[in-house]
Amino acid sequence: MTTPTHQPATEPVVEVTGLSRTFDVSKPWLNRVLERSPRALLRAAKDISFSISKGETFALVGESGSGKSTVAKMVVGLLEASAGEIRIDGVDMRSRQQAGVEMRELRRRIQMIFQDPYASLNPRWRVDRIISEPIRAFRMESSEAAISKRVGELLELVRLHPRDGGKYPHEFSGGQRQRICIARALASKPEFLVCDEPTSALDVSVQAQILNLMRDLQDEFGLTYLFISHDLAVVRHMAKRIGVMYLGRLVEVAESRTLFKTPKHPYTRMLLEAIPDLEMTGKPRRPVEGEIPNPINPPSGCAFHPRCPLANDRCSREFPQFRQVGDTGVACHAVEEGRTTV
Amino acid sequence: MTQTPLLSVRDLRVEFPTRRGILKAIDGISFDLKEGEVLGVVGESGAGKSITGTAVIGLLEPPGRIAGGEVLLKGERIDNLSQQAMRKIRGKRIGMIFQDPLTSLNPLFTIGEQIIETILTHLPVSEREARERAVALLEEVGIPAAADRLNAYPHQFSGGMRQRVVIALALCAEPELVIADEPTTALDVSVQAQIIRLLQRVCRDHGTAVMLITHDMGVIAETADRVAVMYSGRIAEIGPVRNVIKAPRHPYTVGLMGAIPSLTGDHDRLTQIPGTMPRLDSIPQGCAFNPRCSLVMDKCYRERPDLVTAGESRAACWKVSETEEAAG
Repeated sequence: MTTPTHQPATEPVVEVTGLSRTFDVSKPWLNRVLERSPRALLRAAKDISFSISKGETFALVGESGSGKSTVAKMVVGLLEASAGEIRIDGVDMRSRQQAGVEMRELRRRIQMIFQDPYASLNPRWRVDRIISEPIRAFRMESSEAAISKRVGELLELVRLHPRDGGKYPHEFSGGQRQRICIARALASKPEFLVCDEPTSALDVSVQAQILNLMRDLQDEFGLTYLFISHDLAVVRHMAKRIGVMYLGRLVEVAESRTLFKTPKHPYTRMLLEAIPDLEMTGKPRRPVEGEIPNPINPPSGCAFHPRCPLANDRCSREFPQFRQVGDTGVACHAVEEGRTTV
Repeated sequence: MTQTPLLSVRDLRVEFPTRRGILKAIDGISFDLKEGEVLGVVGESGAGKSITGTAVIGLLEPPGRIAGGEVLLKGERIDNLSQQAMRKIRGKRIGMIFQDPLTSLNPLFTIGEQIIETILTHLPVSEREARERAVALLEEVGIPAAADRLNAYPHQFSGGMRQRVVIALALCAEPELVIADEPTTALDVSVQAQIIRLLQRVCRDHGTAVMLITHDMGVIAETADRVAVMYSGRIAEIGPVRNVIKAPRHPYTVGLMGAIPSLTGDHDRLTQIPGTMPRLDSIPQGCAFNPRCSLVMDKCYRERPDLVTAGESRAACWKVSETEEAAG
């Protein structure tokens, strides 16, 4: 492990600026006219900015509906952004003017691992065909013999047997399937992997195997990860820097250790309080208030104010800007003013 | 003087006959649950924890069947009761909370209708009293404007609120035991904390014992008095929650605890248990954990270990038996 530094040491590989995505969830046109209901827009992600340097793991945490998966999908290009910019090695992902070849090369370098290893593998394809698909698509090997040799290597890389290539996905357990997904993601020799809840569907002991494997592969190939999870313990274990999301916005970004030691945003503090305490210190916990509001009608001002113990008038009126406070980036009026009580 | 335990499970075995032979989902488990006690049942998928819960409450899906052993509620056998007699116990004396609050509520009836129906089925009260009781229960589980919400349908509630309704429903006939099967798994972290706290509070207030089935060690650490760790249809280790979590004896529990990423310590690597839980049709001879165990000995391949006392806990492991014997 390298020692953590406060600023990205090397050039950022991934730079995301002001990324937003709005979904139109309005009723059909006729209903809108008859019922006089307005258009309904869901802001899944709003004004998200972060950068990831080479070989680093950056994690996004948040509860369901916080928009973390939407961000992941936009970063790999599965979802078009409504606004904002994604630059990979300085190249804008959205620029259609880029020559096709260059775009293709860029796509090769970004791969994704999905949450559900049952749904993300084609049940009718044998494993070797699944893994060789990116190799063929990007024309990385010329002969069939070279392709099958490469598939064997990839299977060994994820601690499976080359013979497993002849089997179908249903013959594997959940953890093994996730290994196949990782092998497929690595097939195109990517530099940047977006992992959307890669272990949420797995049991703890299998989760440990996959997390260890992902760290080994990162060390071996210098991979850069964008790691999405709702599990703070997993995120703390994997990531060097963490961004906390709430209702489509980034509320706090900090070095992993800093975030867990001195969480700034009231929401981050609430999340940390909410984790069941395995250490059994018996420390009293502050009860968590309320539930996540409907993202179609988010609260005014700071979206967290109805649940926030520190909220005042300003929080319900004015949207807090994202500011740097020490080593931590945080969007909160209370932190900015140094307010600790109402 | 030893009290009759509230629930006593003796050498319970559950089988699923299939075309390719009989699968033993639960293979001889025994445990007791005292009145008002919270027993956590943990294990990974396929360990048989949910089957244990459904066997106790008599809701095993056919072709699954209880193949042996006894389930005693306050000293009376309930595993051999008729469907009709069991229905009187289910809901009245044993309540159940399922993982998914959306599927355990009927979408076509209002919350009020469902709670009032359950109260009227089990308690000798008038409809008006039942309604008052329903409101009081909903208030107790923290549903705002409970009287108005009686007329709402399940889909009008959020996930956390729905789980509150399910808890109210499980408690409405004042059962002696509640079986909660992964009650917080479908919920977000912040809501999960609320529901655990609520379950803990109302069960303490009502003196209800809880069998809490979950895969989440953190939830167990927060709520349970004792915990049973299941592996491959058997109990690997059972004991007071602090002992099992802080000083686990069975190699599986040790591995399981090490596999959980810590929020405080700094570990570069997580402890890794190689392999996965065996499938029911290929449970290894001897100790079912032997292919994954780092302390495996010859004996582990030949004979199946039974639970032996190890300190305040009991563990089913030859290595533990050996050390305990050596210690005298």
